[in-house]
Amino acid sequence: MKQHPQKKVRTDLNPSRLLTFKIDERDVSAHEDESILTVARQNGISIPTLCHLDGLSERGACRLCIIEVKGVAKLLPSCVTFPRQDMEVITNSERVVTYRKKILELLFTERNHVCSVCVSNGHCELQNLAVELGVTHVRYPYLYPRHAVDASHSRFSIDHNRCVLCLRCVRVCDEIEGAHTWDIMGRGITSQVITDLNQPWGTSETCTGCGKCVQVCPTGALSEKGKSVAEMIKRRQFLPYLQMMRGRQDDSWQK
Amino acid sequence: MTLNSEDLHQIAKIEKDKQDGFQHRIHVCVAAGCLSCGSGVLMDALGKEVNRRGLDNWCQIKGVGCLGLCAEGPLISLATSGTYYQGVKVSDVSDILDALGGNPVGRLLCPADTAFFKRQVRIVTENCGRIDPERIEEYIAESGYESLYLALTQMTPPEVIEQVTRSGLRGRGGAGYPTGLKWTTVSKAISSTKFIICNADEGDPGAFMDRSVLESDPHRVIEGMAIAGYATGASQGYIYVRAEYPLAVKRVRLALAQAERLGVLGNNIFNTHFNFTIKVRLGAGAFVCGEETALIASIEGRMGRPRPRPPFPAEFGLWEHPTLINNVETFANVPPIIRKGGKWFAGIGTEKSKGTKVFALAGKIVNTGLIEIPMGTPLRDIVFAIGGGIPGGKGFKAVQTGGPSGGCIPEQFLDMPVDYDSLLQVGSIMGSGGMIVMDETSCMVDVAKFFMEFCMSESCGKCAPCRVGTRQIYDILCRITGNQSTPEDLAMLEDLCDLMKNTSLCGLGQSAPNPVLTTLKYFRDEYLSHIHDRTCLAGACKTVVEVS
Ligand SMILES: Cc1cc2nc3c(=O)[nH]c(=O)nc-3n(C[C@H](O)[C@H](O)[C@H](O)COP(=O)(O)O)c2cc1C
Repeated sequence: MKQHPQKKVRTDLNPSRLLTFKIDERDVSAHEDESILTVARQNGISIPTLCHLDGLSERGACRLCIIEVKGVAKLLPSCVTFPRQDMEVITNSERVVTYRKKILELLFTERNHVCSVCVSNGHCELQNLAVELGVTHVRYPYLYPRHAVDASHSRFSIDHNRCVLCLRCVRVCDEIEGAHTWDIMGRGITSQVITDLNQPWGTSETCTGCGKCVQVCPTGALSEKGKSVAEMIKRRQFLPYLQMMRGRQDDSWQK
Repeated sequence: MTLNSEDLHQIAKIEKDKQDGFQHRIHVCVAAGCLSCGSGVLMDALGKEVNRRGLDNWCQIKGVGCLGLCAEGPLISLATSGTYYQGVKVSDVSDILDALGGNPVGRLLCPADTAFFKRQVRIVTENCGRIDPERIEEYIAESGYESLYLALTQMTPPEVIEQVTRSGLRGRGGAGYPTGLKWTTVSKAISSTKFIICNADEGDPGAFMDRSVLESDPHRVIEGMAIAGYATGASQGYIYVRAEYPLAVKRVRLALAQAERLGVLGNNIFNTHFNFTIKVRLGAGAFVCGEETALIASIEGRMGRPRPRPPFPAEFGLWEHPTLINNVETFANVPPIIRKGGKWFAGIGTEKSKGTKVFALAGKIVNTGLIEIPMGTPLRDIVFAIGGGIPGGKGFKAVQTGGPSGGCIPEQFLDMPVDYDSLLQVGSIMGSGGMIVMDETSCMVDVAKFFMEFCMSESCGKCAPCRVGTRQIYDILCRITGNQSTPEDLAMLEDLCDLMKNTSLCGLGQSAPNPVLTTLKYFRDEYLSHIHDRTCLAGACKTVVEVS
């Protein structure tokens, strides 16, 4: 785990600086070590995210939380960008909204996301994002890859067809549970999450069976056995508590 | 053991005297290109024949680094007369030795007064083809480690950085970031531990400059790194080199051992307080591991995937410590800059691109090989004068620079000076120096497809736009070259390129669309004729390719 230089642990002796800046023309105040995403959410401004989850380290990888900063040509991921005094952030320009939609469309083409037969139908973050962003159809060709389902575990199963490679399972298993059963293999379009050294989940010697990976998964990729279509509702209440107990609140950076 | 300047001069003198003792010195190129066409056997044969004739004290046979004209290998040069022989075979050995001191062997002669040799200005490759890369004494005889001595004993770190800044040197790894600025930033970072990394991953298809420098003159890079360590306050360096370069790895390791033995690396170098050591780390040949944050992750033993910047490695690098990361060629430029001064270096090249650049000429060009030319040399001179033009009387079509991150430059820009900014202006980049020439038989859609396939298989898969975008673009290009495309495909192609450019996490995804975008811009008719007329203007895509 890495600690971002701007994310020092705050103490009386080492207070972080406070600053004010603008998000969507609204004045907001922040600690210098709070990400723009965090500050936006504190102020009720929603920025879509997929790989980010409070309590886990940041990856900056799904690119859905991109924002514009006045005077900066590049679009920046708000989960790993920190405010500066008087910075002007725009979270919902037409430019970023269009890009977000397209990224989402690409994610839909990548694997086989068939909502009508999915255990997470109605409770899926990918689906919710599509609704929120108004993605009514996908213009890019579907890739229809062949992916397996691993149901070898006694209580859980993974359907790679629904995976968006956010790697929340990998991070929660490593950072919160401390087991590091999950990891990723391959690269590019052939990347896939694996248990241990790509052995069936049910035979994993490191898996503690805690199920945190299932609860943090944004889609129906990881689910509890015995759930039928639309029945898999994820429970995440444990995360803030556990991360507080581990004292990792906001200081984890970059897996 | 610590070395001082007298020792250095003594080593140089002994070496020079030894060389002057020979009447004739035959240099055999033993860089990877010539080795692969038999220069190793050739060198053995020369050695044996000299020995048989009892000429051991009269004629020296020496393996040297790259002589440049890889297309005509194996190459040998007669250091005493300046004659070059090309395509030399073992059966030519007797004739070559017979001719020493008399008229050269006509049938083997490689004209050395051509533009290929004459137009080159050698700074980085000044010792390539002249010294034995496996002997530190020969490097020292060519003023080697003098710059390090000068820096350590007569300059303060800020003075060293001042010279580098004044030289105008920009990073040779691709983006052309000012080297002096990077060094200043790392020197300002407050940390008791800092690192120097030399990026020798060189993953672009068609590029072999860094390999050649490491194979031909490894000490130059080591010296540059040590100077950088002194200037920025680092005492540990890493050379990250791809494992597919076994010869470069071997020579770098040998050079490091020799440097440590002599004391130009280690503790209290030249009796000063400066300590510096270098370790070698092997990459497994992933293109993305050339990206600095992925490279750092790889050295740390993690998966080679980039992370968002900032924070930049200069502030937050290897094991969270401030880290200076430069390219092989960047470091190789440093010793001459310190020795001759930043002002001298700034006198070469153009206003914003100083010095020289090493290019690897490949593709449809007569003189395939390695050249070093001043920045600002017109493209036309590189292709036609130095490169010897297109073989087989075919017409020129385009030059691809910058590898998978660069673009295709059409004929209309042939008179453009080659420097960082001009290349950027036409939609390409300098990149690390690969230059692939294409003639009229190359289909530009097919070229774009080649590079996109490369990026697709090299994408690390971390960010969605690159992971899925490269695949979608590749599929479209397959449809176009396979005559199965629709007019809508063109718009989708542009749309996806724009998306990747603007939203990808690292440089790989952000620049992967460049080959497509430049070919779309300059060779749109080729796309259109595939789509509308189902024909390939270059006649390259004759068969209908199956779309996977
Ligand atoms: C996908 C990708 C591949 C890269 N490959 C290389 C490489 O092979 N060699 C290299 O020196 N720099 C490479 N770079 C650039 C490095 O990230 C870095 O900018 C460079 O090593 C800095 O050195 P310089 O300032 O001397 O140019 C690559 C960048 C990207 C985005």
